[in-house]
Amino acid sequence: MAELADNRPFPPGRYPIVVVGSGPGGLQLAYSLSHLGVPHAAISADDAPGGMFRKWPVFQRMLSWTKPYPGFPPGSREFERCDWNSLAGEDADHRGLMAHVMDRTSHFPSRPEMQKGLELFASRSGLRIRYGCRWEATRNQDGEFVLETSDGEYRARTVVFAVGVAQPLRPPIPGAEHAALYGELRPIESYKDRRVFIIGKQNSGFEIASGLLPWARQIILASPSSTKLSVNTHSLVGVRARYVQPVEDWALAGGVVILDAAIEEIKPAGGELQVRTRTTANVAIEFAVDDVIAATGFLAPLQDLPQLGVTTFGQSGLPAQTAFWESLSVPGIYFAGTINQGAKGLVKHGIPSNSGAVQGYRYNARVLARRLAELHGVEIERRTIPAADVVSTLLGEATRGPELWHQRSYLARVIAFDRERGIVDEGILPLVHFLDSGEFEGAAALTLESNGKEDLYPIVYVRQGGRVKETPLPDDPFLNFETAVHRSMLADALKPLLSPSLSRAGE
Amino acid sequence: MAINELADAIAGFALFADLTTPQRQQVADVLTEQWFADGEKVLRQGLSGSGLYIILDGTAAIRIDGQDRANLRAGDFFGEISVLLGEPPTADIVAIGPLRCLVLPPAQVETFLKSNPGVMFRLLQGEARKVRVTTEWLS
Repeated sequence: MAELADNRPFPPGRYPIVVVGSGPGGLQLAYSLSHLGVPHAAISADDAPGGMFRKWPVFQRMLSWTKPYPGFPPGSREFERCDWNSLAGEDADHRGLMAHVMDRTSHFPSRPEMQKGLELFASRSGLRIRYGCRWEATRNQDGEFVLETSDGEYRARTVVFAVGVAQPLRPPIPGAEHAALYGELRPIESYKDRRVFIIGKQNSGFEIASGLLPWARQIILASPSSTKLSVNTHSLVGVRARYVQPVEDWALAGGVVILDAAIEEIKPAGGELQVRTRTTANVAIEFAVDDVIAATGFLAPLQDLPQLGVTTFGQSGLPAQTAFWESLSVPGIYFAGTINQGAKGLVKHGIPSNSGAVQGYRYNARVLARRLAELHGVEIERRTIPAADVVSTLLGEATRGPELWHQRSYLARVIAFDRERGIVDEGILPLVHFLDSGEFEGAAALTLESNGKEDLYPIVYVRQGGRVKETPLPDDPFLNFETAVHRSMLADALKPLLSPSLSRAGE
Repeated sequence: MAINELADAIAGFALFADLTTPQRQQVADVLTEQWFADGEKVLRQGLSGSGLYIILDGTAAIRIDGQDRANLRAGDFFGEISVLLGEPPTADIVAIGPLRCLVLPPAQVETFLKSNPGVMFRLLQGEARKVRVTTEWLS
């Protein structure tokens, strides 16, 4: 350990920024900060990169795809639309790495392949992280945060926690201690010919049910509300198609039971477990089973941050965050990775962002790194756009840009129309920041939007005179938003911003 | 908040007064909890696609063209008119101090109300009160 300590970067001390965690979120943020030349320290309790993907999903295959032949070369921006698993590299040989490590038996990488892809990203980019350094406690002292770790104290005015949301949650049900949690499953063979009751009807519950189908005698899935399927919601809300087999089994009377009921008690009785439930129609049903598994969600392991004043909400105890993923109650504390689910965004049409998944939060981390860079005095260059190119630039982003594709109604391409600076590409920003901050006056933000019914479509928000006007553009069966109709509609929407003087400034 | 705690928290709200405990648990499972800081916008005037909100605790202002018109408190709901008519809200709703809400996505409102007639009736009562207040203002 002493030898390891000698070679590890970032010894305890004072840094402008400390990043905690080495899952995909921590890796992406540390990478993006390094790329922008922002001084920081990155620490992790783990001994290698990958975070929860070093052990989970329990059935060892990802729920997110990387298409091997999407028609775009790995490393291109378009490829990122079809690659949900690679981190977002800035250099060509850091991009699209998952495609290089998959054996192509499935376009859903195995868990070991996911781990390998993240390790490859970290090694190829020369990412510096102090592994084996456990964050243990936090305090606020003299205007800076002090992180007590297994290696000593770190001090910083800005701390980014990328610690995941992967601590299985035990439901507050009498007798819940008799239930195994996600991650506590025994070897699959041990469920042979047994009756298994699964509490929870989200993806984790259905992942377990799918894995148990060849082994268990009976599988019961129960929770108060009915199951939604992603193929119906046209979003990541609901159970993903890969885990729908138990639903079909139930629909075809194959033996699986899917029940909308509250679980009232779990009680051991004569070598088996009795599970008392009550349906929403107020009917009591009791099950005698051999195993109970609780797949009732996960907690963000924030340790003592709530005592420091960090407000949390919801079942997962997610920290409430600003549009730039800063704690809403303790400025200076930021979050990266799947914990970004706590920055809700607009949730238009009830469809949440993809901030809970790699393909969403990798872009959040890149936006956050840019934000932190500017707050720490690093100048980020912004390009100006000729007036004649504004419409084609925005429609090109809608048709090919991965950030808007994966973070619909959440991240947006922002263009400012400024009399002095001309027409300026402000880059990718949180849509809520554009709408609510007042930072942009005379500006447009373009993103993609899903409404859960039709195909996705571009939408532009024009901010002028303190008011915002939204203009949705048509959807397109080929997802081509560069048609004459799109050009004409977008040009009309932007007309108030493209005054003659601005047009000249941008030329 | 866990589902059971949420189910208890909404037990005192008029909107859910007619529900049994398992029904309240189902409601708590279907609705999503959201937290807003002082000054944050919950609904935005003119922006489509918003949902039905019920205040768990805290206060929110109804703001039209920058002017505060009235306040909403725990148990109050908003956003239902936009959802029912499929039109963008005509006011901003802004948190006054910390605000905790439950949210129902717009696409689920119809199914939710039809499967919970008790909630539908209470919501209608709420709308009737709003119409009465508006009529009093106009008269």
